[in-house]
Amino acid sequence: MTVLDVRTWTVVCRFDLLLPERGVAALVGDSQVAIFRGFAGEVYALGNRDPFSDAYVLSRGIVGSRGTVPTVASPMHKQVFSLVTGECLDEPGIAVPVYDVRVRDGDVEVAGP
Amino acid sequence: MSTQQRRLVVVGNGMVGQRLVEAVRQRDPQRRWRITVLGEEPRPAYDRVALTSYLTGATEAELGLVPDGCYDGDSSLVVGEAVTGIDRSARLVTTTAGRVVPYDALVLATGSKPFVPPVPGADLDGCFVYRTIDDLDAIRERAASVTSGVVVGGGLLGLEAANALLALGLSTGVVEFAPRLMPAQVDQGGGEVLRRKVEALGLTARLDTATERIAVAGSGLRLSFADGSALDTGMVVFSAGIRPRDELARSAGLAVGERGGIVVDEACRTSDPAIWAIGECALAGGRVYGLVAPGYDMAEVVADRLLGGDAAFAEADTSTKLKLLGVDVASFGDAHATTPDALEVVYADPVGGVYKKLVVTDDASTLLGGVLVGDASAYAALRTMVGRPLADTPEQLLLAGPSTSDLGDDAQVCSCQNVSAGAVRAAIHDEGCADVAAVKACTRAGTVCGSCVPLLKTLLTQSGVEADPALCEHFSMGRAELFDIVRVTGLRTFSEIIARHGSGRGCDICKPVVASILASLGSGHVLDGEQAALQDTNDHFLANIQRNGTYSVVPRVPGGELTAEGLIAIGEVARDFGLYSKITGGQRIDLLGARVEQLPAIWKRLVDAGFESGHAYGKALRTVKSCVGSTWCRYGVQDSTSLAIMLELRYRGLRAPHKIKAGVSGCARECAEARSKDVGIIASENGWNLYVGGNGGFRPRHAELFASDLSDAQLVALVDRFLMFYVRTADRLQRTAAWIEALTEEHGDGLAYLHRVLVEDELGLCADLEAAMDRHAGSYTDEWAAVLDDEEKLGRFVSFVNAPDAPDPSIRFETERGQIRPVVAGPTLEVVRR
Ligand SMILES: Cc1cc2nc3c(=O)[nH]c(=O)nc-3n(C[C@H](O)[C@H](O)[C@H](O)COP(=O)(O)OP(=O)(O)OC[C@H]3O[C@@H](n4cnc5c(N)ncnc54)[C@H](O)[C@@H]3O)c2cc1C
Ligand code: SF4
Ligand code: FES
Repeated sequence: MTVLDVRTWTVVCRFDLLLPERGVAALVGDSQVAIFRGFAGEVYALGNRDPFSDAYVLSRGIVGSRGTVPTVASPMHKQVFSLVTGECLDEPGIAVPVYDVRVRDGDVEVAGP
Repeated sequence: MSTQQRRLVVVGNGMVGQRLVEAVRQRDPQRRWRITVLGEEPRPAYDRVALTSYLTGATEAELGLVPDGCYDGDSSLVVGEAVTGIDRSARLVTTTAGRVVPYDALVLATGSKPFVPPVPGADLDGCFVYRTIDDLDAIRERAASVTSGVVVGGGLLGLEAANALLALGLSTGVVEFAPRLMPAQVDQGGGEVLRRKVEALGLTARLDTATERIAVAGSGLRLSFADGSALDTGMVVFSAGIRPRDELARSAGLAVGERGGIVVDEACRTSDPAIWAIGECALAGGRVYGLVAPGYDMAEVVADRLLGGDAAFAEADTSTKLKLLGVDVASFGDAHATTPDALEVVYADPVGGVYKKLVVTDDASTLLGGVLVGDASAYAALRTMVGRPLADTPEQLLLAGPSTSDLGDDAQVCSCQNVSAGAVRAAIHDEGCADVAAVKACTRAGTVCGSCVPLLKTLLTQSGVEADPALCEHFSMGRAELFDIVRVTGLRTFSEIIARHGSGRGCDICKPVVASILASLGSGHVLDGEQAALQDTNDHFLANIQRNGTYSVVPRVPGGELTAEGLIAIGEVARDFGLYSKITGGQRIDLLGARVEQLPAIWKRLVDAGFESGHAYGKALRTVKSCVGSTWCRYGVQDSTSLAIMLELRYRGLRAPHKIKAGVSGCARECAEARSKDVGIIASENGWNLYVGGNGGFRPRHAELFASDLSDAQLVALVDRFLMFYVRTADRLQRTAAWIEALTEEHGDGLAYLHRVLVEDELGLCADLEAAMDRHAGSYTDEWAAVLDDEEKLGRFVSFVNAPDAPDPSIRFETERGQIRPVVAGPTLEVVRR
């Protein structure tokens, strides 16, 4: 059986443009998405909005790890979010949206909303 | 209930009177006593031991000793009202304001007054004593209009006062009747070393000199001496000893000593059983104590007795330590070897300026006392060993210093507050105190003269609860250690550093620390290579993030000096980009509301107009604020603006554990508020006075005097050393004030330690520190100009990777007072539950 992927994938930029362990912001439809490149070349995508400050700035946070979880810290008040689940590790119950993201032919693509 | 209450009246709200109130309150939860305190000074009790710091930075509020809520319905404090008479039969006291207060128990805590020798002219204008905040206000006022001062009396307090005059910018002399300084504490050998140390500070000492007369000479005063010589000076401060204030007791017919002091028994009761006397006014066991610790003991005794106890005052420890920057002097126990058959073991190094003497029993088995000059680091530990059998020979103790591992539980660690090693250990184990601050709060140890703080630290370490220095989960060491590792190993990338010396992939704590260390070591542009990913958003975009995700832009304005053209250029940028503009406290202009993608164009305009990055976004040197100084100001004595510009250009771009601010004032009026800065410089007639460790903010601090009368070159060398040592050894996000406080916990007196390291070069670091700063200044480039020249870096300043010039639609402004302000959205917290 074949499952068809019917989502629309939006190309946002070349993978080479991403700095290791840093993020960029992209517009996907009307949504602002924060895209991060991990140390080993993995790519993550979260909503760019920091729920604590209501500013669209998560892409500008510092990428790192907590235990084995890859993370980004909000540049505003430093709450830490999991890059994998979007959950805030400092404030249980709060999370940001997670987007599907992939690299194809050197392009970074985000699944449409 | 109030009909049951008895009335306690306390005369004098000094250090000891205040302690009595707290001690009674602590022991009297049922409020059996109702307390009235009558104080003659116009303010509540303050820390007289730390009085000198009032001239070198502390505020009246910081010196205050009365805790919030201390006086409530059952106790009251009246200030500015002296008691003038006691009616013992009616049990009433009368005050200067005519108030009549009845008592069941009366405690006299009237302290003492400075002794002014009966020389003609001692009461002239320009003659002062050194005891109260009012005295110091008067001294400060006079010092502003004269250039020199003389202190009569070379004892502990006289030297402290002399150093304070020096700090006020006066050339200062000390006149002492005895053949040595601090005659009560040190012997002739120690006195000689002490004199050299004191003269090295810039004080002149005249020993063996009796003052005969003081007369007006021109606008100042002339002191004439017994040997026929004379000395002209702008002001005189008497510090020739103290006399107990027993006048009230005398007129009430209480027994007083032949040489003054209210006679009390071991319960601190006077010859009238309803009246007690404590502190410096009391004559206990035939002695008047001029130190606060015995006074505190007396307060505890009386509090205990008032509540039915039977505590007794025993002979007290009179160990003392001089609180003088760069001069370590301490004496303890039987310093003058008056015990029969006592032996003295002396270590003297006149070249190194060290003199140490221990007094031991004739079989060298028990320590009796000692004198330490030049190096008093062992004072706190040695003092606890007095009267105990010695584990080491006296020679070993002198050379290697005491070991503290075997401090018995009953050894007294803090003599000011009478706290034993056992009490400190109990606070650590039972109360969970994990650092010096907690131990201080819990036991009060270390809160008066501070000389026992290193011992508290040792006890904490020995108990194994010393705070974990780990930076974060990725690095087990603190910033200073990491700095040394990076400096010594030459590793220059985060990946190598964390692979070899840490674990995981770092976080928002350790990455900026490593970024800052790399920047301090001069590793190229902060956005080069891997460094870019380590930077906080501010350093990443070389601008300060604001609440709505926009940034602020602050060009450097060295010393706050700005041409008309520069001002216009900034104004045009603000207008053309629609930015909100505001003048900052650091004498420059803040432009707010810039979006990420606008930053390069804004900076292109600014750089073309001759501006450069102001590093307002960095943990780095911010500004060197200045006044117009002698160039324009009619009071100025030095060119503060030129100095500020020179310093700002030298230290610009220096990355540090936290932001660094500096200020330069052209005279003692201090219009540049330099003492609220990490590095504050105030002009004196003879050069510059350097203050360190100030800050504004959450916990404001005044900077403290570090060195005086420096030439430009001396000043720069010292600031180089200070800042570079700070950069290398401070903890993450530790301002200079907190850093100096931490040094105090480690080394006894942080400022004195810095003096030894940075002035006396005890660690041999000074040349290296200066060279490192030279390298920094020599390799400085403007971060923003470099970005404008680098296509790849410029490419990061976009709102969206796939729509580089599209403004973030969430950023919106409205108008207020003719400028933009961010529109803040309604409810801000969106909760997504999974
Ligand atoms: C510059 C300086 C440095 C010092 N350094 C040290 C040190 O390092 N270590 C140390 O142990 N000690 C030091 N001392 C001494 C220490 O300050 C005193 O031992 C301590 O303050 C004594 O406390 P007290 O309450 O007995 O007297 P005080 O603190 O003098 O208080 C007495 C109060 O009573 C008031 N008073 C007097 N008469 C009346 C009256 N009739 N009615 C109402 N009020 C009255 C006075 O105005 C005063 O406010 C220092 C003192 C000075 C001045
Ligand atoms: S500190 Fe004030 S009074 Fe003194 S020179 Fe500067 S501006 Fe003039
Ligand atoms: S010995 Fe003075 S505060 Fe402890």
